[in-house]
Amino acid sequence: MAEAVESPGDPGTTTPRPLMRDLKAVGKKFMHVLYPRKSNTLLRDWDLWGPLILCVTLALMLQRGSVDSEKDGGPQFAEVFVIVWFGAVTITLNSKLLGGNISFFQSLCVLGYCILPLTMALLVCRLVLLAEPGPINFMVRLFVVIIMFAWSIVASTAFLADSQPPNRKALAVYPVFLFYFVISWMILTFTPQ
Amino acid sequence: MATPAAPAGGARNGTGPEWGGFEENIQGGGSAVIDMENMDDTSGSSFEDMGELHQRLREEEVDADAAAAEEEDGEFLGMKGFKGQLSRQVADQMWQAGKRQASRAFSLYANIDILRPYFDVEPAQVRSRLLESMIPIKMVSFPQKIAGELYGPLMLVFTLVAILLHGMKTSDTIIREGTLMGTAIGTCFGYWLGVSSFIYFLAYLCNAQITMLQMLALLGYGLFGHCIVLFVTYNVHLHALFYLFWLLVGGLSTLRMVAVLVSRTVGPTQRLLLCGTLATLHMLFLLYLHFAYHKVVEGILDTLEGPNIPPIQRVPRDIPAALPAARLPTTVLNATARAVAVTLQSH
Repeated sequence: MAEAVESPGDPGTTTPRPLMRDLKAVGKKFMHVLYPRKSNTLLRDWDLWGPLILCVTLALMLQRGSVDSEKDGGPQFAEVFVIVWFGAVTITLNSKLLGGNISFFQSLCVLGYCILPLTMALLVCRLVLLAEPGPINFMVRLFVVIIMFAWSIVASTAFLADSQPPNRKALAVYPVFLFYFVISWMILTFTPQ
Repeated sequence: MATPAAPAGGARNGTGPEWGGFEENIQGGGSAVIDMENMDDTSGSSFEDMGELHQRLREEEVDADAAAAEEEDGEFLGMKGFKGQLSRQVADQMWQAGKRQASRAFSLYANIDILRPYFDVEPAQVRSRLLESMIPIKMVSFPQKIAGELYGPLMLVFTLVAILLHGMKTSDTIIREGTLMGTAIGTCFGYWLGVSSFIYFLAYLCNAQITMLQMLALLGYGLFGHCIVLFVTYNVHLHALFYLFWLLVGGLSTLRMVAVLVSRTVGPTQRLLLCGTLATLHMLFLLYLHFAYHKVVEGILDTLEGPNIPPIQRVPRDIPAALPAARLPTTVLNATARAVAVTLQSH
């Protein structure tokens, strides 16, 4: 939004450019998550747009359509939101307490962006669920979710591991594993009514 | 802490050094206040930079304005100018005092450095403590050492939450007006914190040498046994297996905790009270977790019952709302008792 601020008297000329720039930045980070390499992009230019988009998508798709109170065990929108954000905050605090030199929002950014593979898994699962239910259906979904779960962990480890002291990486990675496990579990056990 | 306010004579000159003092408070001394303001961040996001620039510009403007206004007041308005200046100074002082309070409160509560020593562990230490939590030590003549760390217990509680979620999902537990996640988190954290506090209180009454942190750590590591038992028995639905594991694994971890407490307590009555309470609560909790969230598999009970028994009937569990943890166990126990009663009636 730098351009918008620098020229406040020109309302017509400033709006499209910062939006495209930010969208491009978000898109670039998505690419970095899909092909994880050891790079600093996610850490250096952190932003929380990507995590927000992913979290809202996940929460919307995990909602059950029915208002039926009988089978109310499925995650609601607010529940998914709370799980994702408080889980990310807890992991960040844990990695800071273990002696990591990563900032609060950088860690939130990385964890949020690395939900992308799991969101893709949810899309695939919803498509697969359109077919007839059965054990094969479940095996396919299980396979997809496991692959994406591993991908998320590898991606987030690639970014976060460097910020920890070398002998404590396992301690910092374990809560990440639990976090993505819970999200994968919510995705795998989701059945639309 | 924050530097003291600028002398009363200055109008808004205090704002600059005041902000500077706050910055030093964060970056100096290696303190780990949660850096919501990204002062140590090498972020390239432009909006914070512009935000800071703007703030500085605005402050400079206000400084210039205030200086200009002061001069005007002083020149033309005499008494009124003086009163205006006084009120401005009072407002300024109140603002700075409020800001000082807020920054002090923020750095106190958001300073996670307080917890840092409890997370100072190595993976090898955590592994060895996990294994030791299953091995009761017989030496009770002098106090046994308890590691005062919170990483292991916290991770074990979260693991228990994850396992509980898995169990609830596979057993299709129906929770009305609540959520599975909320129930799981409430149960596990409620047990860990609540029972630790209660046993700590009893330990205080019984003159046992144990601190709250040590109690939290001890009980937290004691949940390792629970995690193992539940992980196995939520996937392999055999009641006999569960009772075996309950006695063996649950018993071992309880014995370990009991041995530690006995070594730190003097007097047979006190030992009995403290250790009896802890053992009862620990074993009953495992029983509760299994039966409250466990899939009652139709017709899997074996030849103990005989061939003519109808399949076990499933009763949906009405676990209402986000109850306080105290009422939740009784409600679930009622529902479980009802299920057991139905089963018994069908004999």
